[in-house]
Amino acid sequence: MGEMVVSGPPQGALPGIDGETRFLYVLRHGDDNLVLAQRLGEWISRAPELEEDIALANIALDHLGQARALLTYAGELEGRGRSEDDLAMTRTERQFTNLLLCEQPNEDFAHTMARQLFIDAYQLELWERLASSNDPTLAGIAAKAWKEARYHFRHSSTWVIRLGDGTEESHHRMQRAIDELWRFTTEPFMADDVDRAAAGEGYGVDPSELEEPWLARVTPVLQEAGLVIPTDPYRRVGGRQGFHTEHLGHLLAEMQWMARTYPGLEW
Amino acid sequence: MTYEVPRTADEKDLDYRQDGRSQWPMWEVFVRQKRGLSHVHAGSLHAPDADTALQMARDVYTRRVEGISIWVVRSDQVVASDPDEADAFFEAAAKPYRQATYYRIPDEVGQM
Amino acid sequence: MGIGMTGQERFEQLIASDEKVEPTDWMPEGYRKTLIRQIAQHAHSEIIGMQPEGNWITRAPTLRRKAILMAKVQDEAGHGLYLYSAAETLGVGRDELVEHLHSGRHKYSSIFNYPTLTWADIGAIGWLVDGAAITNQVMLTRCSYGPYARAMVRICREESFHQRQGFEIMLTLCRGTPEQKQMAQDALNRWWWPALMMFGPHDTDSTHTQQSMAWKIKRVSNDDLRQQFVDMTVPQAEYLGLTIPDPELKWNPERGHYDFGEIDWDEFWRVVKGFGPESRDRLAHKVRAWEEGAWVREAAAAYAAKHRKEAA
Repeated sequence: MGEMVVSGPPQGALPGIDGETRFLYVLRHGDDNLVLAQRLGEWISRAPELEEDIALANIALDHLGQARALLTYAGELEGRGRSEDDLAMTRTERQFTNLLLCEQPNEDFAHTMARQLFIDAYQLELWERLASSNDPTLAGIAAKAWKEARYHFRHSSTWVIRLGDGTEESHHRMQRAIDELWRFTTEPFMADDVDRAAAGEGYGVDPSELEEPWLARVTPVLQEAGLVIPTDPYRRVGGRQGFHTEHLGHLLAEMQWMARTYPGLEW
Repeated sequence: MTYEVPRTADEKDLDYRQDGRSQWPMWEVFVRQKRGLSHVHAGSLHAPDADTALQMARDVYTRRVEGISIWVVRSDQVVASDPDEADAFFEAAAKPYRQATYYRIPDEVGQM
Repeated sequence: MGIGMTGQERFEQLIASDEKVEPTDWMPEGYRKTLIRQIAQHAHSEIIGMQPEGNWITRAPTLRRKAILMAKVQDEAGHGLYLYSAAETLGVGRDELVEHLHSGRHKYSSIFNYPTLTWADIGAIGWLVDGAAITNQVMLTRCSYGPYARAMVRICREESFHQRQGFEIMLTLCRGTPEQKQMAQDALNRWWWPALMMFGPHDTDSTHTQQSMAWKIKRVSNDDLRQQFVDMTVPQAEYLGLTIPDPELKWNPERGHYDFGEIDWDEFWRVVKGFGPESRDRLAHKVRAWEEGAWVREAAAAYAAKHRKEAA
């Protein structure tokens, strides 16, 4: 793979995030799924075919369900009475801790499928391990999510293979999507203090252990699709520290609009 | 009628081509609701190939946990009986002595 | 079936004895065309109907509401799909029906040509539009054409939560702040008349109703269904504490029904003819999504063709 050039938060950039470690650990996985669900929700009524519209909505609903369970649990862990909606709707982009990959725009169907393939393979490995977390709530959420991730991976790999090995145009688009999103595929596996503490205490997973199995899942799919694994050394990181791409702010502006316009109301 | 749009004066009566060339082939979907039951026809859908058809069938026809097993069959592979032959096929097969009610058993014998 | 019965006689006998007509049965060309037109319009309505509600998925006020709305709009895609499948049993391709929608030769329900401007519109659509739809669709489960009736059974079962979630939104708003209640009232003001228009012209002006009733495609008339809807909805509005925007609305003890004002038929026909507030945008959105998806559909077909050859 050669030398990597990793671009992340500048020196001295204070994280906008604080709290107990377990809260932060659960929160980041909640954020991944919330942001991803929001992105997938944008597809509804825009998919290439009716059957696929339904499939994408199912996947969006799975991620939203995972996000709700995780954010609700994070709120309980925090102990300040914050609900799933408080956490979703009132934090700023500096306080969101999702992976950068999750917030990347849908672009064309190839980009969305590339993003999903990378995340699905990562979550497959993550949930499988978290299902034996010594935190029973987290283990329960992960066990359900793992079943969902198996289907998601099947869905995204099916499409990546068809698009990679379809027409000239689809091959070109699929390769471009893989190339453009590849720079976000190091971040999921970079452990920070929160990850290390979570792994050390037995309720979390050290993400650096997931990289090898992730690559072992993604590589054969790309090969079967006739796609080239990028060699570009450039990597971007920072989501876990609230150092996001510019896309997240717009996503949150839309998602949080109601809650911020009418604070404190029931809907 | 709710979803029927009334005719306007300029509405043309359309002819339909009946070919469907430019779309993915159609598949029939059969779902087994739970163990002990047969697969039952749930509906149809369009999909490019068998693997995708199976996935799409799962998404379209089991959104409410309605099944534990799915079959998909390409619609053009279904061999059907001819409706014009329905008399010869089915009505001719009526044999009353194959029905339990054809036989009279005295009441004293009890349930049989 | 009697000896030597013609297709026509057999068809008439099926209709008379309230049995279902199935795809392989002989049927009059008019019956077939009427059904294709109606089922396709119904399917198109479900598909275009995804847009006004889809407009609020990314902005739903809570995650619970977001999940419910996403599931509901997804159901609409599913219902469109079931209906296209029913139409396809009559020997027409889905691609062809979609083409007719995109070119404007096929219409869809006018209700979806109005914009969803506030969150309360999501409540009003569920409560009023799905309420009106259910009134109609329950009737259609008894339609004489088997595949259509079966699709409606499935759709009615799945839609049972749609109206209730809409009413729940309205109820939450009406029990909220004055601003929220005003939002609910404004939505009712904008959706009430279009909802009544969903039932179509008066029976006296509905030229095709009689034939459809004779064929048992349609089993209750437009005006009867509309009355049923008004009678059902007025007490619900009272419960919410909202005012239906019709000064002529009042209970008629002699008829045992509510009397209500006249629909603005000019507006009705204007929207039917494609001049509703959102008409252009709804169709443009649909066509754009279809065109942008063309390369994906072609790629999947190309992949399938390639690998069929390899397998052979």
